[in-house]
Amino acid sequence: MAGKILRIEDLKTQFFTSRGVVRAVDGVSLHVDEGETVAVVGESGCGKTMTALSILRLVPDPGRIVGGHIWFRDRDVTTMDAEQVREFRGNDVAMIFQDPMTSLNPVTKVGTQIEEAMTAHERFSPRDALERVIPLLQRVRIPAAERRRQDYPHQFSGGMRQRAMIAMGLANEPQLIIADEPTTALDVTVQAQIVTLLKQLNSELGTAIMLITHNMALVASICTRVIVMYAGRVVEEGPVRQIFKSPQHPYTWSLLRSVPRVDEVRRSRLVSITGMPPDLVRMPPGCKFHPRCAFRVDRCSDDEPALDEVGPNQVARCWVLMRNVPQEAARELEAVTISRDVVEELKATAPDLEDVADGS
Amino acid sequence: MAVEAPAPGASAQPALDPVILRVENVYKHFPVGGIATEVVRAVDGVSLEVRRGETLGLVGESGCGKSTLARLITQLQPATAGQVIFNGEDLTRVSGGRMRRIRRQMQMIFQDPFASLDPRMTVGEIVGEPIDNFGIARGRARQQRIQELLRLVGLNPNFTNRYPHEFSGGQRQRIGIARALAPNPTFIVCDEAVSALDVSIQAQIINLLQDLQREFNLTYLFIAHDLAVVRHLSDRVAVMYLGKVVEVADRNDIYAAPQHPYTRALLSSIPVPDPEVEAGREPILLQGEIPSPVNPPSGCRFHTRCPIAQVPGVCSETEPELEPHGHASQIAACHFAGREIA
Amino acid sequence: MALPIPAAPVEEVDWDVPEQVGLWTDVWRRFRRNRLAVAGAVVVVILLADALLAGLLQQIGLIQDPIKQHVEITLAGPSAQHLLGTDYLGRDTLSRLMYGARISLTIGILVQAIYVVIGGTIGMIAGYAGGRVDNLLMRFTDIWYAFPDLLFVLVLVSVFGPSLLSIFAAIGIVNWVNLARLVRGQVLSIKEKEYVESARAVGSSHFKIVLRHLVPNALGPVIVTLTFGIPAAIFLEAALSYLGVGIQPPTPSWGVMIQDGYQAIYASPWQVTFPAFAIAITMLSFSFIGDGLRDALDPRMRQ
Repeated sequence: MAGKILRIEDLKTQFFTSRGVVRAVDGVSLHVDEGETVAVVGESGCGKTMTALSILRLVPDPGRIVGGHIWFRDRDVTTMDAEQVREFRGNDVAMIFQDPMTSLNPVTKVGTQIEEAMTAHERFSPRDALERVIPLLQRVRIPAAERRRQDYPHQFSGGMRQRAMIAMGLANEPQLIIADEPTTALDVTVQAQIVTLLKQLNSELGTAIMLITHNMALVASICTRVIVMYAGRVVEEGPVRQIFKSPQHPYTWSLLRSVPRVDEVRRSRLVSITGMPPDLVRMPPGCKFHPRCAFRVDRCSDDEPALDEVGPNQVARCWVLMRNVPQEAARELEAVTISRDVVEELKATAPDLEDVADGS
Repeated sequence: MAVEAPAPGASAQPALDPVILRVENVYKHFPVGGIATEVVRAVDGVSLEVRRGETLGLVGESGCGKSTLARLITQLQPATAGQVIFNGEDLTRVSGGRMRRIRRQMQMIFQDPFASLDPRMTVGEIVGEPIDNFGIARGRARQQRIQELLRLVGLNPNFTNRYPHEFSGGQRQRIGIARALAPNPTFIVCDEAVSALDVSIQAQIINLLQDLQREFNLTYLFIAHDLAVVRHLSDRVAVMYLGKVVEVADRNDIYAAPQHPYTRALLSSIPVPDPEVEAGREPILLQGEIPSPVNPPSGCRFHTRCPIAQVPGVCSETEPELEPHGHASQIAACHFAGREIA
Repeated sequence: MALPIPAAPVEEVDWDVPEQVGLWTDVWRRFRRNRLAVAGAVVVVILLADALLAGLLQQIGLIQDPIKQHVEITLAGPSAQHLLGTDYLGRDTLSRLMYGARISLTIGILVQAIYVVIGGTIGMIAGYAGGRVDNLLMRFTDIWYAFPDLLFVLVLVSVFGPSLLSIFAAIGIVNWVNLARLVRGQVLSIKEKEYVESARAVGSSHFKIVLRHLVPNALGPVIVTLTFGIPAAIFLEAALSYLGVGIQPPTPSWGVMIQDGYQAIYASPWQVTFPAFAIAITMLSFSFIGDGLRDALDPRMRQ
């Protein structure tokens, strides 16, 4: 029976700025089981990266974890002292960031950096660490590993740097890898290589993966469970097939329909969510998504819904739920966005363009 | 969506050429270092056509030269060789003054909403710049036009005195679109216009671009690396690799029956937001990395990574030409176009 | 629970854009937070007031005549009559100090105008035109820079005779190089920015691009450099006057006062310390302001 290796309970991380308190993570609870691949999705400002940084106690100033617990197996990360945190990071849980160039030390050889990742935690003696470097590089499919370990990061291409980061992350055999937008900065064909690698690591080594991304296609490719975040809270969660087939939260629903697919043109217009994510300092009352929600009812602006079960292993934070929305309402969202009379007005005031044809 | 020739007996205007832009054998080489013998062959012999009223998508990965090509077309960079013929005029040969006038017809939307707006200018000044340059309106009418443009793209027209940093990324991109529309152009080059935006904002801007195209009869050259977005918006798609065009086809043909192995690999690398489909799919993994544009491989540039290349053989010796393969107007540059990848 | 009616248009949430701090307001705020910079600014304001009002103050009798010699009390220490004592000709030190501020500030600040005109123009043209024009102008600048500035100024002043104007011109002509290099660097980096590219794409002429895009965006570091240039110019003038080729007596200048005071250093060490102190404080104040401005204008430290 798979155990839970990570359990977050009502996590609250806030930033104290001159404008006010930014509630970046506002009561998030989630878990990751052994060997699972979980996606945390949402757009900028939803709190997914902050949640990940909180897990590793890497929240930058002026931010702080102000409430809740993060259990890694049976240890509470939020109460660890500096020494324990240092030991925890990179050891049991490793993080891969979006831009490998800034996460790798440009003046140290790649092989050395991987060795350091191992010796820093004293899990391996320097001699053992040295011996493990090449197999690690090979495991992440870096060709000519013996030669490559002597190279510096700038001598690696973007894709290879990302693999080197993954190798560093794997060095101490962590139980969980948190990958924050690991492929966004990479070319599409390289993305495919990294995705395949992550899937292999998960199936061969049993390493759990928490993938943080806004790319729904990536989620469909790698993960078995999806957690959707908005405005610092979880708004929906469930098995990947269920979420994609019948999302219940309007945000999830809209997100899935706002993404064009490369394999077919199903509809001629994308669903677009009007407006912008809320200001995390002054959030709207009731449901945080309601100002942008096309399906809201009166209750939505007064009470914030709780995460309720809406299907087997699926929960959503919504009073309405997409299954209660009639088809016609959904189709309304495909309406034209620009107003006709403004168009007419503009055409009237613009000069004619025929003159260009005759070269004047 | 080609424009039909006017019926006989209609106005005496000559029929507009259905091709609004013709890029002919264009090259752009950047010298490397001081006394250069080496060059970066960013664009290395590209020929393309854009038809009036259509959206031509241009895709490729890093180093393929698509952004450089955009700048060659809009003359923001001079071409090393070749011709860019817009509405019958060769832009590589016109004077600076004439080019400036032509720009009224040919506008560009840039990728970075944070960098493409001058931080020291107000929104009104930014959108007003092309209006002033082309003398389109003055005084009261000018102010009105600016406000109409803002309203058109979904922004509050009262914000003409605000500065770019007060707006979000998506809003800034709208400002950029308003600016591009201000002189009432016919042709717009969208250089990664939605790549820097969040997913749901992307959808807003994509919808906006579609609506604007329909209302104002615009022609788009849509450059992007996201093939799903390109498929959604484009009528035809051109694929570039290492400075050359490797395939051009109608949007459905290119996705249903790609002829060039690179196009195939590219398409197969893109995940689909559908777990059922993904579970049954294996991407074609290309070996190696994209070669340097300073020293492109001999013969077919793709041969070093191509799963079906004949090496040594025709693929490493002779550069293939763009020739008709596959469906109707599909062209691909491959000696073994259409062959299955084992 | 009532089912939602097919959606009424969602109100345009994009309509509302929260007003944020203006660009210059932000700069001012950040500047204010730097105590040293504010202190420097206060000192400079006092000096400016002094420079402007010195004549008035003398008229209403608050300060003495700086030229009037009181031969009976030469090299006196501070007293009720002469708060900072007198120099070797019996002239009141305090009033000479206060009038001296005029010279220092005038030269220090106005010389920047010459820097801007010569250096700014050369830097702008070199940066924007690029290529051979840039090469030519920069080599010219390098050659100019190779001349040791103090010597060069000395030569110019000797040739044209020591007067306020010639000192002014000499310092300006000699030292514009730094500003030229800075402006060129700024222009080179701004030129590549996407908003300049888009200005070209919307048909703006070169002139318009320089005026409306390059100048406003290059202003920040230029202002900082000019601010730092002021103490340098002040020092140069003081050095000239000290060497005797600057301001001629009896006009009080801090440099001259140092020279005079130095001659009499054993008799009365006060006379050299007061003007030296004045120069030091003035230079420091401008430097603090420059530091403060540089931090306040740094876009990366925006809040």
